[in-house]
Amino acid sequence: MNLAVRDIRHNFGRFALTTVGIGLLLMIVMGMGGIYRGLIHEATLLVDQVGADLWVVQGSTRGPFAEVSRIPANLEDRVRAVPGVAAAWRFVSHTIQREHRGQPLRLVVQGLAWPEDRGEWVPLVAGRALRQAHYELIADRSLGLPLGERLTLGQNTYEVVGLTRGMVGSGGDGLAFFTVSDALAVQFDVPGEATRLERAARRARVENLDLGRVTPLLAERASGPGSELPALAPPQVSAVLVTLSAGADPTRVTATLANWPDVTVYSTQQQKDLLLSGMVDKAKRQLGLFRVLLILISTIIMALIIYTLTLDKLHDIALLKLIGARNRVIIGLILQQALLMGALGYGLAWWLGRYAFPRFPRLVVIEPPDLLLLAGIVLVISVLASLLGIGKAMRVEPNTVLAA
Amino acid sequence: MNPPPDSSHAIVTENLTKVYGHGNTEVVAMKDVSLRVGRGEVIALLGPSGAGKSTLLTAIGLINPPTSGRIYLGGELVMDAAKPKVDLRSFRRRHLGFVFQKANLIPFLSALENVQVALEINATPPAVARCRALELLAYLGVADRANNLPAALSGGQQQRVAVARALANEPGLILADEPTAALDSQRGRQVMELFRRVAHERGAAVLVVTHDHRSLDVFDRSYEMEDGRLLVEAKPLTPSF
Repeated sequence: MNLAVRDIRHNFGRFALTTVGIGLLLMIVMGMGGIYRGLIHEATLLVDQVGADLWVVQGSTRGPFAEVSRIPANLEDRVRAVPGVAAAWRFVSHTIQREHRGQPLRLVVQGLAWPEDRGEWVPLVAGRALRQAHYELIADRSLGLPLGERLTLGQNTYEVVGLTRGMVGSGGDGLAFFTVSDALAVQFDVPGEATRLERAARRARVENLDLGRVTPLLAERASGPGSELPALAPPQVSAVLVTLSAGADPTRVTATLANWPDVTVYSTQQQKDLLLSGMVDKAKRQLGLFRVLLILISTIIMALIIYTLTLDKLHDIALLKLIGARNRVIIGLILQQALLMGALGYGLAWWLGRYAFPRFPRLVVIEPPDLLLLAGIVLVISVLASLLGIGKAMRVEPNTVLAA
Repeated sequence: MNPPPDSSHAIVTENLTKVYGHGNTEVVAMKDVSLRVGRGEVIALLGPSGAGKSTLLTAIGLINPPTSGRIYLGGELVMDAAKPKVDLRSFRRRHLGFVFQKANLIPFLSALENVQVALEINATPPAVARCRALELLAYLGVADRANNLPAALSGGQQQRVAVARALANEPGLILADEPTAALDSQRGRQVMELFRRVAHERGAAVLVVTHDHRSLDVFDRSYEMEDGRLLVEAKPLTPSF
């Protein structure tokens, strides 16, 4: 006869409510782990999906994700000339927040090196890849932009031609893929008045110089578009990505690029490490501490509940001792209830999590090793929680029955 | 000089003394109590409150060790002063049955399970325990309430289930502490007669602490206790029926 089950059946309402409470707590613990996994997944998703072998960024920086990196777009031509490099393409990535249909819209603008890269590698759930050099984008579904939606950014309007799912940046904002030139246009778009003021300032600076006074054409050029001024640098990009030729030695190519004083080279793994050790690390520690606290709280709550349940049964336990029950019968009664509460709470947490976690604003990734680890933790806290009650039960004297 | 205890004696106590506290707070609850109870005997222990009846009963029940003296149960020395000579819990499980003023049934177990648990605790296989528990409930006339929780039973029915639990492992000695106090006189007498029946049919000794003088004819012998001392036999052994 299982005394634990009989007692639970008798006090089912209280046991069920308590188990639901424990289950919700465990769901939060599970969710914390899942949010951490989600952070890692989101942080490294783009690096994984882009599929580059090497990342060439601004010298002495840890860009383009951990910090700002600016390199000239034409660096890609230099990189292509390095033996062992199969392809090199510019990479533009920046986050913007605009208003769309009266709602704030936050998105990560991702530049695709048109025409070589049209976004065919992007996993689409609807629509198609880019087909023209301007005014099209592929958006992640989390942005809430349907196919065919027209989005005005700066002076231009872009049409959503493809949809992806789960493509988010390290901050959890959905990705939007444009051609590099459109991405730069979005990034450096300034109001007309600002352009006019800049040109006027440029003209004034030229007119104050001797060279400007004797060269009227120079002053005239200074009033024109920046792209027609050879003295101004071409647009800058975040990084240049490199794919190596088959059989090429990555160490040699890296060594060659690393010798250039104006750039720094990272492998894909190094880029992921930068992301994880920098941006995700603090979040990881924060979530880890919360998990530890929640586990402690769960243990204390379970211990108090099991202790209270034991106190309620103290007279029955004394009676069992009086009629000769072995200690293992009494320990089994308390421990089995704690384990059952832990197991049911865990199952409930898992079941609720399946429905709740996909509705969280950030990605929650629950992996089997994490589930196994949490199961182990629940087992341990169930045993720990029952110790208080077991201690009390072991101390109760059989003659307590007579006192009652 | 009494002969040495042997297996024909269910209970033998020699000079049992129980002292609570010490110094100024010392209270002698039981003093030099020597008692012999044979197998199959039904003994009443009478006396006013605080006379030491329950102290003697719990000492013999191995749940309240004496300060000095010896206890033999079934001819075996089980307590020498406060020092146990056997595994007390195991001995209680195999040889003793208890009935109290309150039935003390486990509230989350049915009547049947309350009896069954005593058997399973003594390593009886569950199926056998269930059959035996049903037999005992039938013997005590409460088989029809076997599946009821204690809360659904009357006081008399609960006490019968408690007696069934006490009999479950066929103990050599049943100790009852005011088992009829919570029952009306008719039910109280029924329980007392039940003890007598059990003692005579099953050969178990029954020691009953009671205030109920109306049922004294049921007992083989009765003793009076006063100020911790066991007085002479209140009534000699005579056939009751």
